[in-house]
Amino acid sequence: MKKKLISSIMSVAMAASLLAGCGSASGTPESTGSSDGGNTEATESGEAAAEETPNSTFGDANGTHLEMWTFVELHGQHYQDMAEIWNEQNPDRTIEITCTTYPYGDMHTKLLTSLEAGTGAPDICDVEVGQFPNVVAGLDQWLVPLDDYAKDYMPTMVPARMQTYQGEDGHYYGAPYHVGAAAMYYNVAAMSEAMGLSQEDVIAKIDGVKTWSDYETLGKEYLTALGDDSKHFTSVDTGGTDWLWLAMAEYGDDWTGGFDNPANCKLESVSKMLKMQQGWLKDGFAEISPDGHVDCEAGFQNIMDRNIVSFPKALWYMSRFTNYMPEEKGNWYIAKCPVFEDGQKCSVGIGGTGTVVTQQSQNKELAAEFLCWAKMSDEGEQHIWDKLGFDVCNTAMWTKDSIAHDDNNQYNAFFINYPYDVLNDIGMDNIGKISVVKISPTINEYVCTTTLNQVLEDPDYSVDDSLQELQDAVDMEQ
Amino acid sequence: MKGKNFLYSQKVAPYVFVLPFILSFAFFWVYPLITAFTMSFQDIGAIKTDWVGFANYTKLLKDKVFMIAVANSTKYMFFTLVLLIPFPMLFAVLMDSNIVKAKGVWKAVLYMPALTSVVISGTLFRLMFSEYKTGQMNLITQAFGLGTYKWLKNGWSGMLALLVLACWRWTGVNMLYFISGLKSIDSSLYEAADIDGASPVQKFLYVTLPLLKPTTIYVLTISVYAGLSMFLESYMLWAGNSSPNNIGLTIVGYLYKRGIEKNDMGYACAVGVVLLIVALIINFAQLILNGTFKKEED
Repeated sequence: MKKKLISSIMSVAMAASLLAGCGSASGTPESTGSSDGGNTEATESGEAAAEETPNSTFGDANGTHLEMWTFVELHGQHYQDMAEIWNEQNPDRTIEITCTTYPYGDMHTKLLTSLEAGTGAPDICDVEVGQFPNVVAGLDQWLVPLDDYAKDYMPTMVPARMQTYQGEDGHYYGAPYHVGAAAMYYNVAAMSEAMGLSQEDVIAKIDGVKTWSDYETLGKEYLTALGDDSKHFTSVDTGGTDWLWLAMAEYGDDWTGGFDNPANCKLESVSKMLKMQQGWLKDGFAEISPDGHVDCEAGFQNIMDRNIVSFPKALWYMSRFTNYMPEEKGNWYIAKCPVFEDGQKCSVGIGGTGTVVTQQSQNKELAAEFLCWAKMSDEGEQHIWDKLGFDVCNTAMWTKDSIAHDDNNQYNAFFINYPYDVLNDIGMDNIGKISVVKISPTINEYVCTTTLNQVLEDPDYSVDDSLQELQDAVDMEQ
Repeated sequence: MKGKNFLYSQKVAPYVFVLPFILSFAFFWVYPLITAFTMSFQDIGAIKTDWVGFANYTKLLKDKVFMIAVANSTKYMFFTLVLLIPFPMLFAVLMDSNIVKAKGVWKAVLYMPALTSVVISGTLFRLMFSEYKTGQMNLITQAFGLGTYKWLKNGWSGMLALLVLACWRWTGVNMLYFISGLKSIDSSLYEAADIDGASPVQKFLYVTLPLLKPTTIYVLTISVYAGLSMFLESYMLWAGNSSPNNIGLTIVGYLYKRGIEKNDMGYACAVGVVLLIVALIINFAQLILNGTFKKEED
């Protein structure tokens, strides 16, 4: 009897340990968007969402149920507010949404796995632009083309942004949150102090900067007036491709080659930008961004310490100021980026998240209609600006006073000028686009790990050699 | 009655006892292993999967980044073995001796880091090793008048940061293994050594060390694999899988990069299979050299 008892207990214990084994698998570490160009937007928000998996259901309990995944909790709140407005406007087609926030890496892995398996995917899902090539690879077998649902909004949407989420078959599969237009941020307060000029005079000088050589002239004037060798006018990135994207957009280049051509990284535009940056590093005009780029803790500190007073970054970087550098309020001015030659495009869309509807959804039409409305309509775009602080893609909104000149909006209040005035000044046709295709992660990764470190950490390194190495590495993958 | 016979059968009972393990081993290890092996010969696309023979492996041989990853993982494994076996053993002997006071406190202090999430500690170490002048390490070098240093941008200092993180985290765990090993050594052996007039060093060399061998081999075996498969520490230290000139890229980091970030599962599986083979070779070699497979002598 005793033996039997012991054997039963041991069997139970072993079964329990077997089951315990199931649960103890270590979790996939959350990726927080590495420093490569396409990923930066996800960085901070992804980190915030990493430690928990908040799951909330909102909307009409009797309405059609939709499942949604995101990796930024704030995005979920956007849909919550939009679902309530939708239900008011469409009492006969109400919806209820369960929104789950996963860590960045987990969410994309789960989504890909469920799409490949053909089961388990949500109705609506956020996809970070760097991950988009993986998801859109399944085309209309995985995703619902949004063309029909977005067509009412298309005439005023920034075309480059819609194309970012296009599939190889030409259909639009993702709805964008923002343009992510690159602009130049200037610390007017620091510059006017150093140069002994009024803020208006400094702004007039900044407005006079049209080309990179104007930019160098202004910077040298500032540095001469300051007379401090430890300070620089700007910082160049070894861990991000923003500067290079800007250079390509200015010359209308695209190193990915889009869907039709092979990638070509040996571009004149890229080479010009890198050589210019090497010159800047040699004469102390620029420094290398601490920790690789400006969108990180050391970068924020560097900006606050006034070690640099200007840098190009997408407009979504505004939220970094309000969140991490609140004491800089009223010091900064946003302007168009300089160009190499007159008449070039002066901006490029950087970063982003496209939201997709999956073919596994039981209510594809409703989900797609709601999604396009929530992200492209006037109501949706107004809400995106007020709550998320993104430069919205619907250009019809850019001139609306409720968006562009509302002083209650924290971003409008933070900067010396209105961000949307800059956006209007740039104009939607002047915002270039670098494709995000299958080869993109390979290029971004090699550039950020190797190329930029080679040519910037050692300003005497041959740019042409470095770009040839990059091309060789890329060729191995295509 | 039949059921009772079945339970009491000396032939069947062992199989019943090992069944849960066999099932979990088969389901969670053997099955994925075989799948990974087959997948390493495939090109796995979004819509269709093609057989490509040895293409993934031949590509792997030419892949410079993979070679960097292998070199990094091997270096890391080697240095963790050098640091994380002798020192924890020394600490364990100290904890077991009468020299140290407040042992509970020391044990807790050394073990505490293992309970911390690598996500949090990795982030803190990243801030400490920041190249900016406010980073902890740069504050120290500046205090000595040495100026700032780009810790996470150079090969040797990047490896140093990884090793500091590894030592901080695993010293306590390995120490506990050695303490439990020491507890199993019969105290009469030490008394006998005392009677023979052995010095403390002789006791350590001729009593403690040989009798700790099973524990040491165990720690060595898991450390080899842990060193080769390290990923999270590097991932957190460089805030992602991309480090300057790939100084922090490990084999598993490369596997993750290929499989998850680039969704190229076939190639990632080939990387995984190579990792398995390397780990098996090293571990079999050290186990054979240690004589673990020799038959017990009477």
